[in-house]
Amino acid sequence: MSVPRRVRTGSAAALALAAALSGCATMQEGASSRADPFEPVNRAMYAIHEPIDTNLVRPLAQAWVDYVPRPVQSAVRTFFGNIDDGFSALNGLLQGKWDKAGDDLGRITVNVWGLGLIDIASEAGIPKGEEDFGQTFGFWGIPQGPYLFVPLIGPTTVRDGTGLGLRFYLGPLGYVDEIPLRNVLYGLGALDRRAEALDASAMVDRAAIDKYTFIRRSYLQRREYMVHDGNPPRKDDDE
Amino acid sequence: MTRRLDALRRALLLGACALLASGSALAQEAPDALVKRVSQEVTQIVKTDAKVRAGDQARIREVVESRLLPHFDFSRMTALAMGRHWARATPEQKARLADEFRSLLVRTYSSTLTQYRDQSIDYKPLRADAAATEVTVRTEVVRPGQSPVQIDYGMAKGANGWKAYDVIVGGVSLVTNYRDEFNEQIRSGGIDALVAALVARNKGGGAK
Repeated sequence: MSVPRRVRTGSAAALALAAALSGCATMQEGASSRADPFEPVNRAMYAIHEPIDTNLVRPLAQAWVDYVPRPVQSAVRTFFGNIDDGFSALNGLLQGKWDKAGDDLGRITVNVWGLGLIDIASEAGIPKGEEDFGQTFGFWGIPQGPYLFVPLIGPTTVRDGTGLGLRFYLGPLGYVDEIPLRNVLYGLGALDRRAEALDASAMVDRAAIDKYTFIRRSYLQRREYMVHDGNPPRKDDDE
Repeated sequence: MTRRLDALRRALLLGACALLASGSALAQEAPDALVKRVSQEVTQIVKTDAKVRAGDQARIREVVESRLLPHFDFSRMTALAMGRHWARATPEQKARLADEFRSLLVRTYSSTLTQYRDQSIDYKPLRADAAATEVTVRTEVVRPGQSPVQIDYGMAKGANGWKAYDVIVGGVSLVTNYRDEFNEQIRSGGIDALVAALVARNKGGGAK
């Protein structure tokens, strides 16, 4: 299967790094450091990521939102959304959530009539599923594992990162044989993802005392919430 | 005859009691009704107030201060974010922390407010029994062309009615987030370091 080498080596390197580090990590006190045993390395990764994001990726995403015509933006989002819907359906099935999987499959079927570029399904009120491999692993009882911050990709964990790697490995864009086209598609997809997170970034800018910590806790809370479909078990995690 | 008058008097008395009871029920507005009323008021202002629409920061801050903040319990919020460290703080430290935390949240809210101009809010039915003193009020913010965002309010009933002590946006609890932030500052330099970090943040300095 033709999988983009960049992605494959990237996630392989991240996993190797995680494996190497897990041997020598010393546990610190506190709930946050339990979730983030590689904090020094992650902070170094964040220090690499931050300036690239602030000076290049984020302004590009902002320009995309500000200057590209709305219909083009929504066509791009819908295009990649179809792929997400497919994976959401698969993961709904893997978790036995038949209704959700049905919605996702319904979305794809309906959106075919918009050539996959017009989100008719949302207009018709079919809710967009958000299931992914990381959540399926969580549903199966696999814990998050150590938190990881990967430059350009952002916050993830060993579990969610593995899910993300699997998704890219299985993703249809890997079958696009024309390399320049494939790279354009990957670029557009990444840009759309980043544009979606612009509001969240603005929020972090204003609310955080330390952005790294704020992003980490937000990410872990959000994922816990998603694994439990909006009803995470209550716990008093005061260290 | 007297018996009839008596019955009448009793009926009137009952009616008066019912009126009084409903009056105090208004004073003790139900938490979900409170959230709905305040959100609608603020949404209305965001949509119609010319200064807010023009992005006048002073006016926006005034709206947040006068309309939203009276419904938050900042010392409880601060105590929850401080966790076990709260008990060790002196009364002055507690007062300053609550004050600075409040300012930080005003800043955050003020700049978020105008982003939600085209929103509509769905209010979910409250699932709690009438005697509950702590509830979660669930809402969903729907924005055109984007997936909806769940915004929940953790609310507690006190002497002055219901007040919010946490806001949970898409599963991300503000208090839980700040607990990590606060812990980290306290670990590196004690409670005074946390106060200093909050002061620096509120003076307009960016996050690290």
